[in-house]
Amino acid sequence: MAQYMNFFSSVQVRAPVYDGAPIPAGVWKRQGRGSFSYWLGWMGDAQIGPLYLGTLGLASLLCGFIAFEIIGLNMLASVNWSPTQFLRQLPWLALEPPAPSNGLHIPALNQGGWWLMAGFFLTTSLLLWWARMYRRARALGMGTHVAWAFASAIWLYLVLGFIRPLLMGSWGEAVPFGIFPHLDWTAAFSIRYGNLFYNPFHMLSIAFLYGSVLLFAMHGATILAVSRFGGDRELEQIVDRGTGGERAALFWRWTMGFNATVESIHRWAWWFAVLCPLVGGIGILLTGTVVDNWYLWSVKHGVAPSYPQVFPTVTDPATLPGATP
Amino acid sequence: MNMRFVRTLALAGTLSLVVASCERPPVNTVQHGYRGLAMGLVYNPRTLAAQAGANVVPEATPQADPSGPPASSVYQNIQVLNDLNAGQLARLMVAMTAWVAPPGESCGYCHAASDMASDANYRKVVARQMLRMVRHINSDWKSHVAATGVTCYTCHRGNGVPQYVWYHDPGPPRGADFAGNRDGQNAPAPVVGLTSLPNDPFGTFLADKPQNIRVVATVALPGSGSGSTIKQAEKSYGLMIHMSRALGVNCTYCHNSRSFTSWDGSTPQRATAWYGIRMVRDVNTKFLEPLTATFPDSRKGPLHDVAKVDCETCHQGAFKPLYGASMVKDYPELVAPLQPVVAAPPAADSTAAAK
Repeated sequence: MAQYMNFFSSVQVRAPVYDGAPIPAGVWKRQGRGSFSYWLGWMGDAQIGPLYLGTLGLASLLCGFIAFEIIGLNMLASVNWSPTQFLRQLPWLALEPPAPSNGLHIPALNQGGWWLMAGFFLTTSLLLWWARMYRRARALGMGTHVAWAFASAIWLYLVLGFIRPLLMGSWGEAVPFGIFPHLDWTAAFSIRYGNLFYNPFHMLSIAFLYGSVLLFAMHGATILAVSRFGGDRELEQIVDRGTGGERAALFWRWTMGFNATVESIHRWAWWFAVLCPLVGGIGILLTGTVVDNWYLWSVKHGVAPSYPQVFPTVTDPATLPGATP
Repeated sequence: MNMRFVRTLALAGTLSLVVASCERPPVNTVQHGYRGLAMGLVYNPRTLAAQAGANVVPEATPQADPSGPPASSVYQNIQVLNDLNAGQLARLMVAMTAWVAPPGESCGYCHAASDMASDANYRKVVARQMLRMVRHINSDWKSHVAATGVTCYTCHRGNGVPQYVWYHDPGPPRGADFAGNRDGQNAPAPVVGLTSLPNDPFGTFLADKPQNIRVVATVALPGSGSGSTIKQAEKSYGLMIHMSRALGVNCTYCHNSRSFTSWDGSTPQRATAWYGIRMVRDVNTKFLEPLTATFPDSRKGPLHDVAKVDCETCHQGAFKPLYGASMVKDYPELVAPLQPVVAAPPAADSTAAAK
């Protein structure tokens, strides 16, 4: 009897390709006939396709491709069109937003214009993909929870690259497109605004991030642990929760007195995941617009404690007579 | 393919990536501030052991007889060291040869063999300016070098040109004018610790017309006392990475990382570093840039500027150059006040430029 005790799914079902639920009359049919992949079967359903592409999906992929090309070709130009240097330096390369002095004007292409264009197409691509998720969920008669969770991530992306720069009056406040550069930007952002760790919304976001990880581990482990009793078989559990689901609930009731239900654990997970970028976006939005130095803000409101001085008093030399910073 | 083989290969690949991107232990942390604040100095004994050999002070030669005739009555064209006697001058010249002239070179590295007084060799003119500079640093920049002071050896360490100098950077070659603008960053530059931060902190902060390093708001809410842009913060961040590398220290050597900008949580070393930045600007603008016409093109950078100093020029990876060993105690003539020719009060000039 196969049991789900490995890192990977050790059992793969082979049957005629399942086409999925019939879809209402529309322009697009599902693409492809479907096939099987042994390797993907290790970590998911082995059946690949048929896929629903649709107008929104096609438009989204097109816009995403344009953004990808603008960013990639700018990176390639920055290394003198050298494919070798492109590969070697790729983690360092970036497409930078316009200079802060440019404000919200549309700059020349090589002074941030490409960045603005890439941002436009990437944003359009994300919004189209969001609409596609919403409509596919509706077409299947599902709720739209996935689309709204995705919207939460888009919200953080929009705050960082569009809404906050608009409020600050400068595209230069936005994030560069690049692997290391966007990380260095993040560190510089925190330093500039007096340490983001003192931003209460950043604190909340971290709590939801770590909370999501904890919940994911608890839930994943619980279900795998009862898969030997069929606890992972969603379809059967609709009509009969069975001994697997019961044991999963009992385990937590015994260990901590309280247990989520089969449905509510997913509500917990959804909210934790959604709140992570949602409150994070609020924290970013308030930075620079409402609060300019989170450390001083925290001192002002009694959040940041003071500690005993162990060094002789250090005076800012720039404040001494005859000196300016 | 054999599953076990694939898994082993994947595991080995991942492990080697993880190991290759880490510094091999041990890494020792020394508490440097109030407990529980993560104020720690991080040292790797292997790095320190490798550095120790490069920071040994050469033995000082015996003092010359102070009663000899004045140098200017014995030698000609003495412009800076005319307060020494002939024996003292000769001793210092021998020491300078050992400190600066490359192996195999001697007096002739700077002096014309036929006429030691001649200024025909540009190196002699540079050396004279450098003597003025050393005296200026040791007497007017005690805020940074204290009584420890500097000598030629602090930077040169037996090299004709100090190992760590900088030139203005034209940036990497670009493939087009219409695309690929790196904005002075996003290249793996060693001076900023191979980060993607702006890679010319020297031209930005340590030369003529330096930009303001302070970027953080001095008040909680926006308004007066507001900070600068994030791009500007990235530039200051790059300079700080340079300082960290140059001194072989981490951020908490000077700063309490909960508020990099607050002085009340900072260590006394931060004030010393503040003066160091002003000293470097002073040296670059008053002593090195004026030598532009003196240096031959072969000694200049891609933009035809002279070699200039940064923190690493003296520190060379040590928190104090030569671990704080003082050489000027054996060469007190290097502490004499600045000659009137280039006199300028450092406090007024250098700090005004800093704003």
